[in-house]
Amino acid sequence: MNHLLYALRKLNPFVLWRSPVTFVVEVGSAFTTVLAVLRPSVFAWAVTIWLWLTVVFANLAEAVAEGRGKAQADSLRRARRDTTARRLVGDGEEEVPASALRPGDTVVVEAGQIIPGDGDVVEGIASVDESAVTGESAPVIRESGGDRSAVTGGTRVLSDRIVVRITQKPGESFLDRMIALVEGANRQKTPNEIALTILLASLTLVFLLAVATVQPLAIYSAAGRPSTVDGVTLTADGVTGIVLVSLLVCLIPTTIGALLSAIGIAGMDRLVRRNVLAMSGRAVEAAGDVDTLLLDKTGTITLGNRQASDLLPAAGTTAAELAEAAHLSSLADDTPEGRSIVTLASRDTAAVDATYVPFSAQTRMSGVDLPRRSIRKGAASAVLKWVHDNGGSTSEAVRSTVDTIATHGGTPLVVAEHVPGGPARTLGVIHLKDVVKPGMRERFDALRRMGIRTVMITGDNPLTARAIAAEAGVDDFLAEATPEDKLALIRKEQEGGRLVAMTGDGTNDAPALAQADVGVAMNSGTSAAKEAGNMVDLDSDPTKLIEIVAIGKQLLITRGALTTFSVANDIAKYFAIIPAIFAAVYPGLDALNVMRLASPASAVLSAVAFNALVIVALIPLALRGVRYSPGDAASLLRRNLLVFGLGGLVAPFVGIKLIDLVVQFVPGIV
Amino acid sequence: MGPGVAGGLFVGSLALAIVLVYRPFGEYLYRSVTAPAHTRVERTVYRLVGVDPEREQSWGGYARAVLAFSAVSTIALYLFQRVQQHLWLSLGNAAVEPARAWNTAISFVTNTNWQSYSGESTMGHLVQMAGLAVQNFVSAAVGTAVAVAFIRGFARTRTDRLGSFWVDLTRIVLRVLLPVAAPAAVALMAAGVVQNLGAGTDVGTLAGGTQTVTGGPVAGQEAIKQLGTNGGGFYNANSAHPFENPTAWTNWIQLFLVLLIPFCLPRVFGRMVGDKRQGLAIAAVMATLAILSVAAVNAFQLNPSGTVPAAVGAATEGTETRFGVSQSATFAALTTLTSTGAVNSFHDSYTALGGLVPMVNMMLGEVAPGGAGSGLYGMLVLAVITVFVAGLMVGRTPEYVRKKIGAREMTFASLYLLTTPALVLVGTAVAMSCADARAAMANDGPHGLSEVLYAFTSASNNNGSAFAGLGVDTTFYNTALGLCMAFGRFLPIVLVLALAGSLARQHPVPASVGTLPTHRPLFVGMVTGVTVIVVALTFLPALALGPLAEGFR
Repeated sequence: MNHLLYALRKLNPFVLWRSPVTFVVEVGSAFTTVLAVLRPSVFAWAVTIWLWLTVVFANLAEAVAEGRGKAQADSLRRARRDTTARRLVGDGEEEVPASALRPGDTVVVEAGQIIPGDGDVVEGIASVDESAVTGESAPVIRESGGDRSAVTGGTRVLSDRIVVRITQKPGESFLDRMIALVEGANRQKTPNEIALTILLASLTLVFLLAVATVQPLAIYSAAGRPSTVDGVTLTADGVTGIVLVSLLVCLIPTTIGALLSAIGIAGMDRLVRRNVLAMSGRAVEAAGDVDTLLLDKTGTITLGNRQASDLLPAAGTTAAELAEAAHLSSLADDTPEGRSIVTLASRDTAAVDATYVPFSAQTRMSGVDLPRRSIRKGAASAVLKWVHDNGGSTSEAVRSTVDTIATHGGTPLVVAEHVPGGPARTLGVIHLKDVVKPGMRERFDALRRMGIRTVMITGDNPLTARAIAAEAGVDDFLAEATPEDKLALIRKEQEGGRLVAMTGDGTNDAPALAQADVGVAMNSGTSAAKEAGNMVDLDSDPTKLIEIVAIGKQLLITRGALTTFSVANDIAKYFAIIPAIFAAVYPGLDALNVMRLASPASAVLSAVAFNALVIVALIPLALRGVRYSPGDAASLLRRNLLVFGLGGLVAPFVGIKLIDLVVQFVPGIV
Repeated sequence: MGPGVAGGLFVGSLALAIVLVYRPFGEYLYRSVTAPAHTRVERTVYRLVGVDPEREQSWGGYARAVLAFSAVSTIALYLFQRVQQHLWLSLGNAAVEPARAWNTAISFVTNTNWQSYSGESTMGHLVQMAGLAVQNFVSAAVGTAVAVAFIRGFARTRTDRLGSFWVDLTRIVLRVLLPVAAPAAVALMAAGVVQNLGAGTDVGTLAGGTQTVTGGPVAGQEAIKQLGTNGGGFYNANSAHPFENPTAWTNWIQLFLVLLIPFCLPRVFGRMVGDKRQGLAIAAVMATLAILSVAAVNAFQLNPSGTVPAAVGAATEGTETRFGVSQSATFAALTTLTSTGAVNSFHDSYTALGGLVPMVNMMLGEVAPGGAGSGLYGMLVLAVITVFVAGLMVGRTPEYVRKKIGAREMTFASLYLLTTPALVLVGTAVAMSCADARAAMANDGPHGLSEVLYAFTSASNNNGSAFAGLGVDTTFYNTALGLCMAFGRFLPIVLVLALAGSLARQHPVPASVGTLPTHRPLFVGMVTGVTVIVVALTFLPALALGPLAEGFR
């Protein structure tokens, strides 16, 4: 109901002229209203009402699309309460309203308080409830330095105390921008939308000409046979104004014209529902065009941590011995890798009187010292050196195992023991493996079918990177990548005319995010990253890039499909209206009345009513988007052409006939 | 051999000949326009007109050169006609009156060759040879040059240069049109087309009277009239005149010449953009439409419904017995599908639906295969429009041969699409509302309307053929149709050059499986469909009151 009121408010022609097609319908409706007042008849009023309904339905589509964003904006607005900030001045602090904060101010926020504005944590660490922005109830950690320093105004600190340096100007906070975005307040037409509007406007102009110029021809034709004009559609003065407007409205692409902006708003909204904020519609459109996806290995392609997958005993050692040693050495190792070793070895040996030797960057190994033996595990070169230093010898077999694991993308950990009195000996090798997330290969295959190349970005050495790239099924990889390498790669791809999408969270990602055509910043990242990208993922899920691409494509497909449908509809409308107007003068033209519509009046009215109703019928599709399944362009086109081209050709023949079956019984419509 | 079989053989052999020359002649055209070196003759021409052949032009410069060249041509041709009585070989013809001279000048410069005069009784040999025939060469070369510049828009990247109009023009005349037209003229002479500078011979007729049989430099003009898709006849009766088109063989040669350049230009497109399949796809769209159209005219003319035609077995009215109905129908279809406008039978006498098809052929924008050059650029604009809608349906910003179709490109393509329908419809509407203009109609009812609609369709699309019933040698028609010819020629040219300029500036987009393939049958079908549907939607109301009202009785 609210939507309907809102739709009525949009009838203001000064608002409506931005949509040329709907504007023409409105002008036409106003014209027929005048005609209906001057020479009232059931037919005149019925057509007039349906014409106005066409305009209202067009506005309704936009109103419904915007309404979905409005609800979200309202909930965001509640988070934007004006809070009091504790601004640091000199050695002390003062209380000021949050709106008085300027970029560069530093404020203190403690447990239970609301962060007064966007900024970076410069001191301390805290858990923060960001549900007001992200909808995610689990608290997140924010700390100074590193890539998790950004905080958002309106979120609540749950524990500890942090000092935040404000980075936003008043009224330009992330929350403010989000509200504006979901409301579509500053919605600009995207490049593709503009191009389509131009096509629709010129089609409208062509039909305007076709309809306007038919009048002198009709007068000439009617003059040749004055006795035959029927008065409802054609008089001696030519085609009646009401019928001319009906013909025009039926021919101009009202369906797509009415739904065009709703499609764009709904596309943005679909992103918002997936917790992605696009800073502009242009970015969403660009997502559909992406040719190359840059994906970080860790966290995106592989699970964040390596997992122990195999225990490979050295010659002279049993599997059980190796397992036991591996288990003992990892009991106190709290890293995910350590825990995975414990799980894999699955012993229940307990260590008695054990002294743990923690991992350090210098020794590059960890271990345990028991009363009767020492065990070490770690990087091959470090452990083998330790064995050598303790009088042991290294076997070639172990070295080759280590090499094999490394070339296959794994990380070898050598396990060795030293029993006092004897030489140290190598027990075997633990194979730590990067675990590719389940289902990634299928997703990359799907992307490839869409014509999108995936490039894995990793800090690993090229050997390891190659192996993981092969396992995950990505097309290419960039090993030992520095931020500069990333930027260079993006530039190179763009030189070749490709559009690049990437995700990033760190400050050092910012240049690459800014350079990429679609840069998705993680909400957990720094504010520099969020500024640089043109989308922010509130869930901080890098794999979402794939969904973003699909939404961008869906947006374009929906536009193309409804344009095709709209134009294909015209053919049936001609078959309804042309014989209705001219069959009286040239009875032979009744052959074109293939739908066998009851009378000229009912034919015109049915066509106009169908034209209006089809808009309502397609609103859900415009909001939901045309179904998109990854596939190559040719098969997508074939399917959509069949559904919307052929469907658009046939549907109005059926629809107009059905409406005519009802309308012909309305008294006054002869 | 029945008329159907004979007609089928005629069309089939013509199609086969075009298929056979597509590759070699297309390749020859490609080399002619892309060769790096200039011949000595060409260098002399450049020196004489003061052009640096190495200096390429931006789209604006190219367009200004086309417009300036055409303006000078129009003025020169106008003056030529106005002073012809003082010149050599005038045969005693007086100066052509101003409205008619303007109409004729613009008509030949725009490659329309609409003729509101009778050649043999209006123009001296010198005007025919040095005025009209020269324009037959250069107007065809202008169209082809623009098509080549447009292709460069696709083929080139990150540049604002589209080539040099003067070089393109010179090369197309010297390397393509002259070398083909000269032997073709000799072949036509051998088959009986006249070629002399005589003033006419008086002969005694069987009835005892005397008749002046005019000769003239016909064969030379005839060859370029067809090769350059011009269509302006030496004689009023055009290719129906036995001195212009004496036999079925010359009829075949003339149609082959008509189709040669338009059908081979897609090969040049494919070669220049580095993907021959793209050219083949465009040629396939042209061929599909052409075959459908030829079949339709033949069907309507060979199976007419009227009393007399049904009794005779075919719609023979207005046709020459030496060609028969089928060859006439094929000639009508192919000359209206190209911008030739030559006739060997009288379209006005065709059955209503048989006459509808040539009209629709022109309304398509003359793209199947269209005029020399203009057919290709028209078809490519339609392909751009198709790609835009189809490209959206595959979920990408639409791109065609590695160029993105954005707002700027769509602006030019949409305006192009708008131009000729606007001229045709507004022109017809104005004519039908003026009592003076209506008075020129020889028929009333729907057929009279068809005559006016045909005239404006023919002029705006630069065809030149006519439904002869309309008396077009009036100030209104000479002026209005002259304006339609001028705008119908040069607005689209400026728009395609602007489009080319905007395409040439772009980075190329690499193709992937996500890119809409524009060389497959599906796309060929789509472009064909879009072409037909756009035309049907635009012109159906007008057609309903003309040929359709006449046809569905």
